Amino acid sequence: MSELTLTVMRLGFLAVLWLFVIVAVQVIRSDLFGTRVTQRGARREGGRQAARQAVAAAPPHQRQQGGGRQSGGGRQRRGAPTKLVVSEGTLTGTTVALQGQTITLGRAHDSTIVLDDDYASSRHARIYPDRDGQWIVEDLGSTNGTYLDRTRLTTPTPVPLNAPIRIGKTVIELRK
Amino acid sequence: MSSSTTHTSTIGAIGAPSRRNTELALLVFAVVIPLFAYMNVGLAISGELPPGMLGYGLGLGLLAGVAHLVVRKFAPYADPLLLPLATLLNGLGLVVIWRLDQSEKLQQMAKASFGAFSPAAPKQLLYSAIGIALFVVVMLFLKDHRVLQRYTYISMVAAIGLLLLPLVPGLGKNIYGAKIWIQVGGFSIQPAEFAKIVIAVFFAGYLMVKRDALALASRRFMGLYLPRGRDLGPILAVWAMSILILVFETDLGTSLLFFGMFVVMLYVATERTSWIVFGLLMSAVGAVTVASFEPHVKVRVDAWLDPFSKEVIAQTGTDQIAQSMMAFGSGGTLGSGLGQGHSDLIGFAANSDFILATYGEELGLAGVMAILLIYGLIVERGVRTALAARDPFGKLLAIGMSGAFAIQVFVVAGGVMGLIPLTGMTMPFIAYGGSSVIANWALVGILLRISDTARRPAPSPAPNPDAEMTQVVRP
Repeated sequence: MSELTLTVMRLGFLAVLWLFVIVAVQVIRSDLFGTRVTQRGARREGGRQAARQAVAAAPPHQRQQGGGRQSGGGRQRRGAPTKLVVSEGTLTGTTVALQGQTITLGRAHDSTIVLDDDYASSRHARIYPDRDGQWIVEDLGSTNGTYLDRTRLTTPTPVPLNAPIRIGKTVIELRK
Repeated sequence: MSSSTTHTSTIGAIGAPSRRNTELALLVFAVVIPLFAYMNVGLAISGELPPGMLGYGLGLGLLAGVAHLVVRKFAPYADPLLLPLATLLNGLGLVVIWRLDQSEKLQQMAKASFGAFSPAAPKQLLYSAIGIALFVVVMLFLKDHRVLQRYTYISMVAAIGLLLLPLVPGLGKNIYGAKIWIQVGGFSIQPAEFAKIVIAVFFAGYLMVKRDALALASRRFMGLYLPRGRDLGPILAVWAMSILILVFETDLGTSLLFFGMFVVMLYVATERTSWIVFGLLMSAVGAVTVASFEPHVKVRVDAWLDPFSKEVIAQTGTDQIAQSMMAFGSGGTLGSGLGQGHSDLIGFAANSDFILATYGEELGLAGVMAILLIYGLIVERGVRTALAARDPFGKLLAIGMSGAFAIQVFVVAGGVMGLIPLTGMTMPFIAYGGSSVIANWALVGILLRISDTARRPAPSPAPNPDAEMTQVVRP
C-alpha cells in the first residue's frame, strides 16, 4: 500500500471519528425537552399584521386594558419586581419575567400560567401593572378565591414584593 | 424590535420525541466507522482488504440491529445516543483487538507462556453477543426500574458475595498478583464488574431512604456540615469494605470505584459538599496506609512514580507502564495510523488493560480525545437521564451507574497514562474481557430503561380542563 493512501486513510479515519462525535453533540442539541415558554400575541407598535392577529387571538379580558400598559422595557421603578415566581404547587420553580404584560392565571389553556390545580378556576386571577408600574392582583370571580397573604381579595389590590399570592394549592410571589 | 411588547406567554411541557430514527442513523454510522478502521488496519498490515471484514461487519451490524429493534419495541422513548455510542466503542474495540492479534510479537509471547496462541477478536465478538443478549434480557424483563428498589438489601448481600467470590479457595484465581478472577468451566470471570451494577442498586435504594437524615441532621463547623456519628456509619462501612478489597484482593481499581461511586451518590442525594471532603480525605488516608503496608500495592505506586527506572522494572518484572507512555508519546497529535504502531511492545495485557495505549499511538491525541469524548457523552447521557428521571430511586441509580462508568474510565485511562497508579481494570467496551463487556451492556440497558421511563410523556391530563368543574374548598 502506498504511503499516500495510508496517510489519507489515517486522516480520513480521524475525520470520520470526529464527525461522529459532532453529530452526536448535534443530536443532544436538538434533543431538548422539558418546559417551554411560548410567547403569544407579541406585537410591535404599528406592526399591523401582528396586531390583527393579537387582537383576534387575545381573550377579551386581555384586550380591555390595552391602554394602561407601560411601554415594555422602559424605565423601571426602583424596587419594582422583575419576575414572578411560583413557590408552591405543581408548577413550583416556574418563573415569568415581568415586562409590563398582564399575567393571567387559571386552568384555561390560554392563561399565562396554566394552573394544573383542582381548586383553581379556569380564569382565576390576573396580575397587571397600573399606570405607575405598581403591580396589581385582581381576582376574576373565582370559585375559591385568591388570597394575598391571608386575606381574601375582593378588589384589585397592589402586590408588595415577596408577598405570597395563594390560588388553590399554588403560591406565587413577585420578586426582584 | 425593542419597542415590542409581549402580551402573554404560556408555559407548557415539551414532550421528548421518540427519536428512534435518529438512533438508527447513528447506529449505521457507528457500524460503518469500525468497518472503515478494519479496512484501514488490513491495508496497513498486509496491503489487502482483510478476509474477515464481511464477517465482523455483519456480526456487529446484526448485534446493533437486534439491540435497536428491541429498544424500538420495548423502550420507544429511550435516549437515542447511548446505544450508538456504546456500539461504536465496542466496534472499535473489536478492530483494535483484532489488530493486536495480528502482531507477531504478541503471538510468540502467547505461545511461549500458554503454549498456543488463540486470537482474541472472535472471543470478544462472542462476548459482545452475550453482552447484547443480556441487554435484550434487561429490556424485556425489567419493565420498570423501580422494581429493583425492592431488592435493596438483597443487592447488598449479592454485591458483597460477588466481591468475596475470588477469595473462595478453588474458585478464585490469582493472575499476576490480583485476585479478582474466578474460574468457572473454561471461563474466567471478574465478579467485580457485575458487583458494580448490583451495588449501585443498593446505594440508590439505601440513600433514597436515608438522604434526609444524612442531609439535615448535622452540625455546622468551619463552614462544613459535620454529619452525626450514627449517620457516618454507612460511609465508614463502605470505606472499610473497599479497604478490605484492597488488602485481600489487591485490587486498587475496584476499591476506588466502589468508594468513589458511594461518595458521588452521597453527594447527589444530600447536596452536602462536606461528604466530598470526607470522602477524599478517607480515600487518601486509606490509599496511603495500604500503599505503605501492602507490598503489591507499593510496587504499583513505585512503578507509577518512576516508570522508567531500572530497579522498578526489575522489581515489577515488566516495563508495561514505560512502554505504554512511550506509545502515547510516539503517537503524537495525529498518530501513526491504524496497524502501523508498535504498541505490541507493551506485551502482556496490551489488548485489555493497556488497550488505550494502542489508540494513543495509532490514532494520536486527536483519536484519544475523540474516544474520551465518546465516553464523556455516555456519562453525560446518564446524568441527563438522572436529571430527567421523575423518581428519586431512578435518579440515584442513573447517577450512580454513570458515575461508576466515569470513575472506571478515569482510573484506567489515568493509570495507563501515568496520572495515577495503575490498577487492574478494563476500559469499558473497548478492552478485551468478557465480564467487562457483558456487564457494561447490562449497565447501558438499565440506563436506557430509566431514560425511557423518564422521557415517556406523562399520561395526559383530562382533555379539556376548562370543561371540568372547579372543586370547592369546604372549610
